[in-house]
Amino acid sequence: MGIDRRKFLTLAGVSALTVIGNKVSGVVPGANSEDVMFVPDKPALTGSRWAMVFDARKCLEEKNCTKCIEACHKVHNVPQFDNPKDEIKWVWKENFENTFPTQEFENVTEQLKDKPFIVMCNHCDNPPCVRVCPTQSTWKREKDGIVMMDMHRCIGCRYCVAACPYGSRSFNWRDPRPFIKETNPEFPTRTRGVVEKCNFCADLLAKGKLPACVTACDKGALVFGDLEDPESEVRKLLKDRFAIRRKPALGTNPQVYYLV
Amino acid sequence: MYNSGKILLGILIFLVLFTSPFWYSMATGNSKYYPDPVIATKGIPQLDQCVMPGAYMRESHMILLDEWRDEVVRNGDRLYTAEDGRQFMKSLSNTCMKCHYNKVEFCDKCHDYMAVGQPDCWNCHVEPKQEGI
Repeated sequence: MGIDRRKFLTLAGVSALTVIGNKVSGVVPGANSEDVMFVPDKPALTGSRWAMVFDARKCLEEKNCTKCIEACHKVHNVPQFDNPKDEIKWVWKENFENTFPTQEFENVTEQLKDKPFIVMCNHCDNPPCVRVCPTQSTWKREKDGIVMMDMHRCIGCRYCVAACPYGSRSFNWRDPRPFIKETNPEFPTRTRGVVEKCNFCADLLAKGKLPACVTACDKGALVFGDLEDPESEVRKLLKDRFAIRRKPALGTNPQVYYLV
Repeated sequence: MYNSGKILLGILIFLVLFTSPFWYSMATGNSKYYPDPVIATKGIPQLDQCVMPGAYMRESHMILLDEWRDEVVRNGDRLYTAEDGRQFMKSLSNTCMKCHYNKVEFCDKCHDYMAVGQPDCWNCHVEPKQEGI
Protein backbone atom coordinates (compact mmCIF):
# COMPACT_ATOMS: atom_id res chain seq x y z
CA MET A 1 0.00 0.00 0.00
CA GLY A 2 1.69 3.18 -1.16
CA ILE A 3 1.20 6.78 -0.13
CA ASP A 4 1.90 9.64 -2.53
CA ARG A 5 3.74 12.85 -1.67
CA ARG A 6 0.60 14.99 -1.59
CA LYS A 7 -1.17 12.66 0.86
CA PHE A 8 1.93 12.41 3.06
CA LEU A 9 2.32 16.18 3.27
CA THR A 10 -1.38 16.73 4.05
CA LEU A 11 -1.25 14.09 6.76
CA ALA A 12 1.95 15.51 8.26
CA GLY A 13 0.49 19.02 8.26
CA VAL A 14 -2.75 17.95 9.89
CA SER A 15 -0.88 15.95 12.54
CA ALA A 16 1.41 18.87 13.36
CA LEU A 17 -1.55 21.26 13.63
CA THR A 18 -3.40 18.84 15.90
CA VAL A 19 -0.43 18.52 18.23
CA ILE A 20 0.14 22.28 18.37
CA GLY A 21 -3.59 22.94 18.79
CA ASN A 22 -3.83 20.50 21.66
CA LYS A 23 -0.82 21.99 23.40
CA VAL A 24 -2.29 25.48 23.18
CA SER A 25 -5.76 24.53 24.36
CA GLY A 26 -4.34 22.17 26.95
CA VAL A 27 -6.49 19.17 26.10
CA VAL A 28 -3.70 16.64 25.79
CA PRO A 29 -4.73 13.77 28.07
CA GLY A 30 -2.89 13.95 31.36
CA ALA A 31 -1.15 17.18 30.33
CA ASN A 32 -2.63 19.10 33.20
CA SER A 33 -0.64 17.21 35.74
CA GLU A 34 2.47 15.11 35.81
CA ASP A 35 1.39 12.70 38.51
CA VAL A 36 -2.13 11.96 37.36
CA MET A 37 -2.57 9.68 34.37
CA PHE A 38 -6.01 9.37 32.91
CA VAL A 39 -4.87 6.87 30.30
CA PRO A 40 -2.37 4.01 30.66
CA ASP A 41 1.11 4.87 29.38
CA LYS A 42 1.47 1.55 27.56
CA PRO A 43 -0.87 -0.13 25.08
CA ALA A 44 -2.77 -3.12 26.43
CA LEU A 45 -1.28 -6.58 25.99
CA THR A 46 -3.55 -8.60 23.77
CA GLY A 47 -3.61 -12.28 22.95
CA SER A 48 -6.02 -14.86 21.60
CA ARG A 49 -5.46 -17.58 24.21
CA TRP A 50 -3.51 -16.58 27.29
CA ALA A 51 -1.71 -19.38 29.12
CA MET A 52 0.76 -19.80 31.95
CA VAL A 53 3.73 -22.16 31.94
CA PHE A 54 5.23 -23.11 35.29
CA ASP A 55 8.78 -24.45 35.35
CA ALA A 56 9.00 -26.66 38.45
CA ARG A 57 12.77 -27.00 38.25
CA LYS A 58 13.39 -23.26 38.29
CA CYS A 59 10.83 -22.69 41.04
CA LEU A 60 12.38 -25.34 43.30
CA GLU A 61 15.81 -23.68 43.07
CA GLU A 62 14.55 -21.17 45.58
CA LYS A 63 13.20 -22.88 48.67
CA ASN A 64 10.40 -21.26 50.72
CA CYS A 65 10.03 -18.46 48.20
CA THR A 66 6.59 -16.83 48.20
CA LYS A 67 7.31 -13.77 46.07
CA CYS A 68 4.72 -14.56 43.39
CA ILE A 69 2.01 -15.16 45.97
CA GLU A 70 2.82 -11.99 47.87
CA ALA A 71 2.94 -9.88 44.71
CA CYS A 72 -0.40 -11.19 43.50
CA HIS A 73 -2.14 -10.79 46.81
CA LYS A 74 -0.78 -7.29 47.25
CA VAL A 75 -1.86 -6.06 43.84
CA HIS A 76 -5.34 -7.53 44.17
CA ASN A 77 -6.08 -6.73 47.81
CA VAL A 78 -6.36 -10.37 48.82
CA PRO A 79 -7.01 -10.63 52.57
CA GLN A 80 -4.96 -12.80 54.93
CA PHE A 81 -7.09 -14.80 57.34
CA ASP A 82 -5.56 -16.84 60.11
CA ASN A 83 -8.39 -19.36 60.05
CA PRO A 84 -7.92 -21.63 57.02
CA LYS A 85 -11.71 -21.96 56.74
CA ASP A 86 -11.90 -18.29 55.76
CA GLU A 87 -8.87 -18.40 53.51
CA ILE A 88 -8.92 -16.48 50.21
CA LYS A 89 -6.51 -17.82 47.58
CA TRP A 90 -5.55 -16.48 44.17
CA VAL A 91 -2.15 -18.11 43.89
CA TRP A 92 -0.93 -20.64 46.39
CA LYS A 93 1.30 -23.68 46.94
CA GLU A 94 0.12 -27.26 46.74
CA ASN A 95 2.34 -30.33 46.99
CA PHE A 96 2.86 -32.65 44.04
CA GLU A 97 0.44 -35.29 45.31
CA ASN A 98 -2.44 -32.85 45.56
CA THR A 99 -1.59 -30.87 42.44
CA PHE A 100 -1.50 -33.98 40.26
CA PRO A 101 -3.54 -36.64 42.11
CA THR A 102 -3.74 -38.79 38.98
CA GLN A 103 0.04 -38.76 38.45
CA GLU A 104 0.93 -39.58 42.01
CA PHE A 105 2.32 -42.99 43.01
CA GLU A 106 4.23 -44.27 45.99
CA ASN A 107 7.74 -44.21 44.55
CA VAL A 108 7.50 -41.04 42.52
CA THR A 109 10.87 -39.39 41.92
CA GLU A 110 12.42 -37.58 44.85
CA GLN A 111 12.61 -34.44 42.76
CA LEU A 112 8.82 -34.15 42.86
CA LYS A 113 7.66 -36.00 45.97
CA ASP A 114 6.26 -33.58 48.59
CA LYS A 115 7.57 -30.63 46.60
CA PRO A 116 5.43 -27.50 46.40
CA PHE A 117 3.87 -26.42 43.11
CA ILE A 118 2.42 -23.01 42.40
CA VAL A 119 -1.25 -23.36 41.56
CA MET A 120 -3.88 -20.85 40.49
CA CYS A 121 -7.02 -20.64 38.41
CA ASN A 122 -6.40 -22.70 35.27
CA HIS A 123 -8.53 -20.46 33.04
CA CYS A 124 -9.92 -23.62 31.46
CA ASP A 125 -11.01 -23.68 27.87
CA ASN A 126 -14.08 -25.55 29.06
CA PRO A 127 -14.65 -24.05 32.49
CA PRO A 128 -17.14 -25.92 34.70
CA CYS A 129 -17.55 -22.87 36.97
CA VAL A 130 -19.01 -20.92 34.05
CA ARG A 131 -21.53 -23.63 33.24
CA VAL A 132 -22.99 -23.66 36.74
CA CYS A 133 -23.13 -19.92 37.43
CA PRO A 134 -26.83 -18.95 37.59
CA THR A 135 -26.21 -15.21 37.10
CA GLN A 136 -23.47 -15.33 34.47
CA SER A 137 -21.24 -13.46 36.86
CA THR A 138 -18.39 -15.66 35.70
CA TRP A 139 -17.71 -16.25 32.02
CA LYS A 140 -14.94 -17.02 29.58
CA ARG A 141 -13.75 -14.05 27.57
CA GLU A 142 -14.02 -15.06 23.93
CA LYS A 143 -11.21 -12.78 22.84
CA ASP A 144 -8.43 -14.17 25.05
CA GLY A 145 -9.79 -17.10 27.05
CA ILE A 146 -9.56 -15.49 30.49
CA VAL A 147 -12.22 -16.76 32.88
CA MET A 148 -13.51 -13.52 34.38
CA MET A 149 -15.54 -12.68 37.44
CA ASP A 150 -18.08 -9.89 37.76
CA MET A 151 -18.32 -9.19 41.47
CA HIS A 152 -21.25 -6.85 40.83
CA ARG A 153 -23.37 -9.77 39.71
CA CYS A 154 -22.17 -12.52 42.04
CA ILE A 155 -24.92 -13.57 44.45
CA GLY A 156 -22.65 -15.81 46.50
CA CYS A 157 -24.37 -19.13 45.73
CA ARG A 158 -20.98 -20.92 45.61
CA TYR A 159 -21.99 -23.29 42.80
CA CYS A 160 -18.73 -22.36 41.08
CA VAL A 161 -16.73 -23.19 44.21
CA ALA A 162 -18.27 -26.65 44.13
CA ALA A 163 -17.83 -27.02 40.38
CA CYS A 164 -14.15 -26.06 40.16
CA PRO A 165 -12.05 -29.24 40.37
CA TYR A 166 -8.94 -27.26 41.31
CA GLY A 167 -10.14 -25.40 44.40
CA SER A 168 -9.32 -22.16 42.65
CA ARG A 169 -12.31 -20.27 43.92
CA SER A 170 -12.65 -18.79 47.38
CA PHE A 171 -15.77 -17.44 49.05
CA ASN A 172 -15.71 -14.35 51.23
CA TRP A 173 -17.31 -15.60 54.42
CA ARG A 174 -16.28 -12.45 56.26
CA ASP A 175 -15.73 -8.82 55.36
CA PRO A 176 -12.23 -8.96 53.87
CA ARG A 177 -11.35 -5.30 54.38
CA PRO A 178 -9.97 -5.46 57.93
CA PHE A 179 -7.71 -8.34 56.87
CA ILE A 180 -5.96 -6.58 54.00
CA LYS A 181 -2.54 -5.51 55.22
CA GLU A 182 -1.89 -2.86 52.61
CA THR A 183 -4.70 -1.74 50.34
CA ASN A 184 -3.92 -1.04 46.71
CA PRO A 185 -6.29 1.83 45.84
CA GLU A 186 -6.12 1.03 42.12
CA PHE A 187 -7.89 -2.29 42.51
CA PRO A 188 -11.17 -2.83 44.36
CA THR A 189 -11.42 -5.02 47.42
CA ARG A 190 -14.24 -7.53 47.66
CA THR A 191 -17.22 -7.56 49.93
CA ARG A 192 -18.66 -10.26 52.14
CA GLY A 193 -20.67 -12.82 50.17
CA VAL A 194 -18.90 -12.94 46.81
CA VAL A 195 -16.58 -15.51 45.27
CA GLU A 196 -13.17 -14.51 43.94
CA LYS A 197 -10.22 -16.06 42.12
CA CYS A 198 -7.18 -15.35 39.97
CA ASN A 199 -8.07 -13.22 36.93
CA PHE A 200 -4.78 -13.76 35.03
CA CYS A 201 -4.19 -10.10 35.89
CA ALA A 202 -6.68 -8.87 33.29
CA ASP A 203 -6.38 -5.49 35.02
CA LEU A 204 -2.61 -5.34 34.49
CA LEU A 205 -2.75 -6.70 30.93
CA ALA A 206 -5.03 -3.78 30.07
CA LYS A 207 -2.27 -1.44 31.24
CA GLY A 208 0.34 -3.25 29.16
CA LYS A 209 1.89 -5.12 32.08
CA LEU A 210 2.55 -8.80 32.60
CA PRO A 211 0.79 -10.60 35.47
CA ALA A 212 2.12 -9.70 38.92
CA CYS A 213 3.30 -13.23 39.75
CA VAL A 214 5.31 -13.44 36.52
CA THR A 215 7.01 -10.10 37.17
CA ALA A 216 7.73 -11.00 40.80
CA CYS A 217 9.55 -14.27 40.04
CA ASP A 218 13.34 -13.75 39.87
CA LYS A 219 13.96 -17.24 38.53
CA GLY A 220 11.63 -16.91 35.58
CA ALA A 221 9.69 -19.96 36.72
CA LEU A 222 6.40 -18.47 35.59
CA VAL A 223 6.01 -17.65 31.91
CA PHE A 224 2.90 -16.01 30.52
CA GLY A 225 1.98 -15.75 26.87
CA ASP A 226 -0.35 -16.29 23.98
CA LEU A 227 -0.74 -19.91 22.89
CA GLU A 228 -2.18 -18.86 19.56
CA ASP A 229 1.03 -17.06 18.71
CA PRO A 230 3.55 -19.63 17.38
CA GLU A 231 6.46 -17.31 18.24
CA SER A 232 5.46 -16.84 21.87
CA GLU A 233 7.70 -18.06 24.67
CA VAL A 234 5.01 -20.32 26.07
CA ARG A 235 4.65 -22.11 22.74
CA LYS A 236 8.41 -22.59 22.51
CA LEU A 237 8.62 -23.97 26.04
CA LEU A 238 5.79 -26.39 25.42
CA LYS A 239 7.40 -27.49 22.18
CA ASP A 240 10.81 -28.14 23.76
CA ARG A 241 9.84 -29.67 27.05
CA PHE A 242 7.34 -32.14 28.39
CA ALA A 243 4.48 -30.50 30.25
CA ILE A 244 1.60 -31.84 32.29
CA ARG A 245 -1.65 -30.27 33.31
CA ARG A 246 -3.86 -30.68 36.35
CA LYS A 247 -6.55 -33.37 36.08
CA PRO A 248 -6.71 -33.34 32.28
CA ALA A 249 -9.06 -36.34 32.20
CA LEU A 250 -11.90 -34.15 33.47
CA GLY A 251 -12.04 -32.44 30.09
CA THR A 252 -11.77 -28.91 31.41
CA ASN A 253 -8.75 -28.20 29.19
CA PRO A 254 -6.76 -26.20 31.75
CA GLN A 255 -4.39 -23.51 30.47
CA VAL A 256 -1.74 -23.61 33.18
CA TYR A 257 1.04 -25.97 32.10
CA TYR A 258 3.64 -27.54 34.37
CA LEU A 259 7.11 -28.40 33.07
CA VAL A 260 8.42 -31.29 35.16
CA MET B 1 -74.01 18.25 62.10
CA TYR B 2 -73.43 17.42 65.74
CA ASN B 3 -70.35 18.81 67.48
CA SER B 4 -69.31 20.62 64.33
CA GLY B 5 -67.14 23.08 66.24
CA LYS B 6 -65.06 20.33 67.87
CA ILE B 7 -64.74 18.38 64.64
CA LEU B 8 -63.61 21.40 62.61
CA LEU B 9 -61.14 22.34 65.35
CA GLY B 10 -59.82 18.77 65.33
CA ILE B 11 -59.41 18.81 61.57
CA LEU B 12 -57.61 22.14 61.76
CA ILE B 13 -55.22 20.90 64.46
CA PHE B 14 -54.56 17.77 62.39
CA LEU B 15 -53.79 19.79 59.27
CA VAL B 16 -51.43 22.11 61.13
CA LEU B 17 -49.56 19.21 62.70
CA PHE B 18 -49.47 17.27 59.43
CA THR B 19 -47.97 20.18 57.53
CA SER B 20 -45.76 21.31 60.41
CA PRO B 21 -42.47 20.22 58.74
CA PHE B 22 -43.16 22.70 55.94
CA TRP B 23 -43.94 25.53 58.38
CA TYR B 24 -40.89 24.65 60.41
CA SER B 25 -38.49 24.78 57.46
CA MET B 26 -40.10 27.98 56.17
CA ALA B 27 -39.71 29.63 59.57
CA THR B 28 -36.07 28.58 60.00
CA GLY B 29 -35.09 29.23 56.39
CA ASN B 30 -33.85 25.67 55.93
CA SER B 31 -36.01 25.23 52.84
CA LYS B 32 -33.50 27.28 50.92
CA TYR B 33 -30.68 24.89 51.80
CA TYR B 34 -29.17 22.96 48.99
CA PRO B 35 -25.91 21.02 49.05
CA ASP B 36 -22.83 22.59 47.58
CA PRO B 37 -20.42 19.79 46.75
CA VAL B 38 -16.73 20.55 46.34
CA ILE B 39 -15.97 19.70 42.73
CA ALA B 40 -12.19 19.68 43.13
CA THR B 41 -9.67 21.25 45.40
CA LYS B 42 -6.34 22.95 44.92
CA GLY B 43 -3.38 20.70 44.40
CA ILE B 44 -5.56 18.39 42.36
CA PRO B 45 -5.42 18.73 38.59
CA GLN B 46 -8.45 20.60 37.42
CA LEU B 47 -9.48 19.75 33.91
CA ASP B 48 -11.60 22.40 32.29
CA GLN B 49 -14.44 19.98 32.03
CA CYS B 50 -15.41 16.55 33.30
CA VAL B 51 -15.74 13.62 30.89
CA MET B 52 -19.22 14.95 30.05
CA PRO B 53 -20.72 18.43 30.56
CA GLY B 54 -21.40 19.32 34.18
CA ALA B 55 -25.18 19.34 33.80
CA TYR B 56 -25.16 15.80 32.45
CA MET B 57 -22.82 14.62 35.18
CA ARG B 58 -25.01 16.12 37.89
CA GLU B 59 -28.13 14.40 36.64
CA SER B 60 -26.87 11.20 35.09
CA HIS B 61 -23.47 10.28 36.50
CA MET B 62 -24.97 7.06 37.84
CA ILE B 63 -25.95 6.03 34.31
CA LEU B 64 -22.47 6.78 33.01
CA LEU B 65 -20.90 4.82 35.87
CA ASP B 66 -23.24 1.91 35.21
CA GLU B 67 -22.30 1.88 31.54
CA TRP B 68 -18.61 2.14 32.34
CA ARG B 69 -18.90 -0.75 34.78
CA ASP B 70 -20.52 -3.05 32.25
CA GLU B 71 -18.20 -2.05 29.42
CA VAL B 72 -15.06 -2.55 31.50
CA VAL B 73 -16.00 -5.70 33.37
CA ARG B 74 -18.07 -7.49 30.76
CA ASN B 75 -16.40 -6.32 27.53
CA GLY B 76 -12.91 -5.40 28.71
CA ASP B 77 -13.39 -2.05 26.98
CA ARG B 78 -11.50 0.27 29.31
CA LEU B 79 -10.89 3.44 27.34
CA TYR B 80 -13.45 6.22 27.16
CA THR B 81 -13.30 8.91 24.50
CA ALA B 82 -15.08 12.10 25.46
CA GLU B 83 -17.05 14.14 22.93
CA ASP B 84 -14.13 16.54 22.59
CA GLY B 85 -11.70 13.70 21.86
CA ARG B 86 -9.99 13.45 25.23
CA GLN B 87 -9.40 9.93 26.48
CA PHE B 88 -9.89 8.54 29.95
CA MET B 89 -9.64 5.18 31.64
CA LYS B 90 -13.11 4.09 32.67
CA SER B 91 -12.44 3.84 36.35
CA LEU B 92 -14.19 5.16 39.42
CA SER B 93 -11.16 5.03 41.72
CA ASN B 94 -8.49 5.75 39.12
CA THR B 95 -10.17 8.44 37.04
CA CYS B 96 -13.19 10.06 38.75
CA MET B 97 -11.68 10.16 42.19
CA LYS B 98 -8.35 11.52 40.95
CA CYS B 99 -10.03 14.91 40.52
CA HIS B 100 -12.97 14.56 42.86
CA TYR B 101 -10.74 13.15 45.52
CA ASN B 102 -12.81 14.13 48.51
CA LYS B 103 -15.61 11.60 48.78
CA VAL B 104 -17.17 13.25 51.83
CA GLU B 105 -17.36 16.67 50.22
CA PHE B 106 -18.08 15.49 46.70
CA CYS B 107 -20.22 12.34 46.82
CA ASP B 108 -21.73 12.24 50.26
CA LYS B 109 -22.99 15.81 50.42
CA CYS B 110 -25.60 15.35 47.70
CA HIS B 111 -26.22 11.69 48.38
CA ASP B 112 -27.12 12.51 51.97
CA TYR B 113 -29.31 15.41 50.91
CA MET B 114 -31.13 13.28 48.35
CA ALA B 115 -31.36 10.45 50.89
CA VAL B 116 -29.69 7.96 48.56
CA GLY B 117 -27.20 7.38 51.36
CA GLN B 118 -24.15 5.30 50.60
CA PRO B 119 -24.33 3.46 47.30
CA ASP B 120 -22.72 -0.01 47.32
CA CYS B 121 -19.77 1.23 45.24
CA TRP B 122 -17.63 1.86 48.28
CA ASN B 123 -18.11 -1.59 49.77
CA CYS B 124 -15.43 -2.70 47.31
CA HIS B 125 -14.00 0.27 45.46
CA VAL B 126 -11.40 2.06 47.52
CA GLU B 127 -12.05 5.69 48.30
CA PRO B 128 -9.03 7.99 48.20
CA LYS B 129 -7.30 8.62 51.48
CA GLN B 130 -8.12 11.97 53.04
CA GLU B 131 -5.40 14.07 54.54
CA GLY B 132 -5.72 14.45 58.26
CA ILE B 133 -8.07 11.50 58.70
